[in-house]
Amino acid sequence: MSSLLSWALAFALGLLALGMLLALARMVIGPRAEDRVLAFDCLYLNTMLVILALGLIYRSSSYFEAALLIALFGFVGSAAMSKFLLRGEIIE
Amino acid sequence: MNEWAPLWVDALTAVLVLVGALAALIGSFGVLRLKSFFQRIHAPTLGATLGTWGFTLATAVQASFERGQPYLHALLITVFIALTAPVTTVMLMRAAVFRARIRGEEIPVPGVGDSPGS
Repeated sequence: MSSLLSWALAFALGLLALGMLLALARMVIGPRAEDRVLAFDCLYLNTMLVILALGLIYRSSSYFEAALLIALFGFVGSAAMSKFLLRGEIIE
Repeated sequence: MNEWAPLWVDALTAVLVLVGALAALIGSFGVLRLKSFFQRIHAPTLGATLGTWGFTLATAVQASFERGQPYLHALLITVFIALTAPVTTVMLMRAAVFRARIRGEEIPVPGVGDSPGS
């Protein structure tokens, strides 16, 4: 890997970590439940991108499955939370 | 590893990764900064579209040049996110509108001359 790519990947990891911090701040300050679910949505997207960047850094294809699983469970989680906010229960 | 990979492959990967990370950062910044929930819900779509496209394309380019044949499995993530992100957004927006009506708040209706972030 050239030094250009390793530098770019380190910089991208820093940007994604900053984005995760911003989403985390929105999750903490709220002010309502739907804001926190939205912040969770943003947080799991950023986490998935971090895992993809780690897969590029370490050149391993195992990280791809981890990113796919995070996308899957993030979708399930935020869909369940939205459903709970809408109806007060998840499985009717 | 792949010392034989030409420099332009690494440069292309670097550009894709940086664009994707910047888009994700701007989306997260919008989640924190925008004033009302109905404005904030638009922000993470930046990370869900351009961010995911950038990182998965970078992964596909690197993996293809490492193996010497097209290797596009990373684009599955883009397809999956493109299918699921609108679903969660619609469900969350319906929940937010429902809860705002319960509280008796006025729900903003977008007009023609509205500027974003006002």
